[in-house]
Amino acid sequence: MAMMIAIVGFGQSWNVALAIVNLCLISAVMSMGLNMQWGFAGLFNAGVMASTAIGGLTALLISYAPVSKAWSVGGTSLFAALISLLLTIVAGVLVWKKTAKGKKRSWRMTAVVLTGYLFMRFFYEQGTAAIEAVNPAKTGFLGGMGLPIILSWFAGGLAAAGLAWLIGRISLGLRSDYFAIATLGISEIMISILKNEDWLSRGVKNVTGLKRPVPYEVDLQQAEWFIKLVHWIYGTAEDGESLSASVMHEAMQLSAGVFVKLCYSALFLAVVLIILGLATRALNSPWGRMMRAIRFATQLAMGKNTPDRQVFIIGSAVIGISGAMLTTLDGQFTPGSYIPLRYTFLIWVMVIIGGSGNNLGAIIGAFITWFVWIEAEPSALWLVSHINVFLDESNPLRQHLQEVAPQMRMVLMGLILVLVLRFRPKGILPEEAPDHY
Amino acid sequence: MEYSNDLLNALVLISNYVLIPAISYGSQLALGAVGVTLVFGILRFANFAHGEMMSFGCMATIFITWWFQSMGISNGVFPTALLALPFAILITALLAVAIDRSIFSFYRIHKSRPVTFVVASVGVMFMLNGLVRILIGTDEIIFRDGQKFLIKAGVFKKMTGLSEGLALKQTQVLTFVLAVIAVLALFWFLQRTRTGKAMRAFSDNEDLALLSGINPERVVLVTWIIAASLATLAGVLYGLDKSFKPMVYFHLLLPIFAAAIVGGIGHPLGAILGGYIVAFSEITATYAFKKFIKYLAPGDFVPDGLAQLLTTEYKFAVSFFILVLVLLVRPTGILRGRVL
Repeated sequence: MAMMIAIVGFGQSWNVALAIVNLCLISAVMSMGLNMQWGFAGLFNAGVMASTAIGGLTALLISYAPVSKAWSVGGTSLFAALISLLLTIVAGVLVWKKTAKGKKRSWRMTAVVLTGYLFMRFFYEQGTAAIEAVNPAKTGFLGGMGLPIILSWFAGGLAAAGLAWLIGRISLGLRSDYFAIATLGISEIMISILKNEDWLSRGVKNVTGLKRPVPYEVDLQQAEWFIKLVHWIYGTAEDGESLSASVMHEAMQLSAGVFVKLCYSALFLAVVLIILGLATRALNSPWGRMMRAIRFATQLAMGKNTPDRQVFIIGSAVIGISGAMLTTLDGQFTPGSYIPLRYTFLIWVMVIIGGSGNNLGAIIGAFITWFVWIEAEPSALWLVSHINVFLDESNPLRQHLQEVAPQMRMVLMGLILVLVLRFRPKGILPEEAPDHY
Repeated sequence: MEYSNDLLNALVLISNYVLIPAISYGSQLALGAVGVTLVFGILRFANFAHGEMMSFGCMATIFITWWFQSMGISNGVFPTALLALPFAILITALLAVAIDRSIFSFYRIHKSRPVTFVVASVGVMFMLNGLVRILIGTDEIIFRDGQKFLIKAGVFKKMTGLSEGLALKQTQVLTFVLAVIAVLALFWFLQRTRTGKAMRAFSDNEDLALLSGINPERVVLVTWIIAASLATLAGVLYGLDKSFKPMVYFHLLLPIFAAAIVGGIGHPLGAILGGYIVAFSEITATYAFKKFIKYLAPGDFVPDGLAQLLTTEYKFAVSFFILVLVLLVRPTGILRGRVL
């Protein structure tokens, strides 16, 4: 793996290589989270994207500076809408409990829900319209809390855990296929909310320029210690006379990019190691041993049920952390970019390839899958350019091939998934069976 | 007189924006859902690749249509795609059988868990999705030709003197008629032919069916052929009605699953019912009833807002909401399908 990265580093550029490494690390966190759900509890979670997206939203809400004008014009109305929602729920529960089952209850429930809805809708529309009218070209949403973005890695995990609790309430207990369909549906709804609730996330207008936890390239190039470092690396005197100014300038830019990416890599690697450590510990604890025993020797584990809900929530929290990390790395929140093929099913490929139930396997699967996903495009283009030698410049087939070459990765992913499932169903690193059961 | 005119206007309005679109969208969903439900009934897994199969069938149709058009063959007032459809069905059915032989049959022999089939179908989904994009590109394609409208809104207004127009697209009528024919043929097949009866028996109780000498591989083969044919038909009808975009079919998967489950999975009649329920609720919940209320309400009352339950972007949410409701309240679906 390291060699493949090195090849990209020498062949394409170190910036590209490190960008791949960073996304590999984030993917590793995602696949470890999913691996807990699938590998340890056998849950077919097709809503990985929901956790990723809520992690991303948290990153936005934690780090963006609050838009105080929006709060002052629309805050009260939104608060009123929230109160109406809570009152409706309380009233509904009361009616449900106090009235005996029958027609009377149905009518009263309908009345309560309808009135609640109308009130909520009224306040909500008033509030959102006011908020979205505040400087719509730049903000038009509530903004966030203006805290350091790195905090969102914890908060993103918590938010995803909360969402997972809710999803679990609805869909755990369904048979596996239904569970998959239900979670897929919830994740799609989650994304459509993020795309359309402009007051919350600016919707498809995106939020860019989130604050970074690491220095900016431009600042680095001005910093004295960094300039010295670059000179030292390139082996020249402090005034750098042996290298021409333009070469030095280029080296400066490259090193700044690499340095920033290395900072991210260090942060991400720390997260991966912490989660790996915790997951391994959990697996070897009585709780983890019980879980494995249930799957390896069902008869012996009689009377114990897999703690599905706990595992689902913990796994989703881990995926939520990765979602926040991803938004941090991108420096922007773009709800339109969340699609299930990339954020749900690709993670599935990672887990299946790496070895379901094995944490290290999940990490390796993530690295391989992401590498193939990214490098399939240049490879396909390279292949196409060789085919095209035989084709005329104006040949429509040639242009078509050039255009569609990137799609090769879809086919490749599917093929890898199917082949691994068939010929190595336990993945590259199979799960270790417990010593004694 | 004044009021009866208003009443007619309201009726035309609701037909134009709710009834007609919901019937044609519902027919498309129903055809897709019948395919999903058959695969579920016989092979016992939720096929995530079904949407991509629709997309592949539609793509095959487009290629053959282009070929026909280049040879100067056309279908008069009807879309040329209808001529291409049988060939596309053949190709898609061959593909489905090939996929089954190379991928799914292995897990059948090894009696794998249903989840393994689902994961494999995700792999197939990736491959088909990539294949379609490679072959036809990612652009939106409109391949409809022939006469577009049966009734134009302007003509209708002139004819009836109402202030609301009614537009009826040819594809909408075609969708409904073809869906009815396909469904009738399917039911005839399932109820009357030997193979159809074998399929029902196999779906009902696999072991008993095997004991009575039904050849399982033959049943599976026929199931894939039917599922692929219905998927192609549904895909082409959807593509004719709107347009062909490779990514759209993945998003159709959710309403189709919802339709199949709501109606009772493994139950073809339920799938059809479910298709219309999902389509009608999606369109009604996102339609703005402002004008409709204006016509019906006495006097000059006009509602304040759009009188729309949800904005159009939340279509998915509606089909999903019905799905969850049914799973919680009546997990077997409306027509008592199976719960495995």
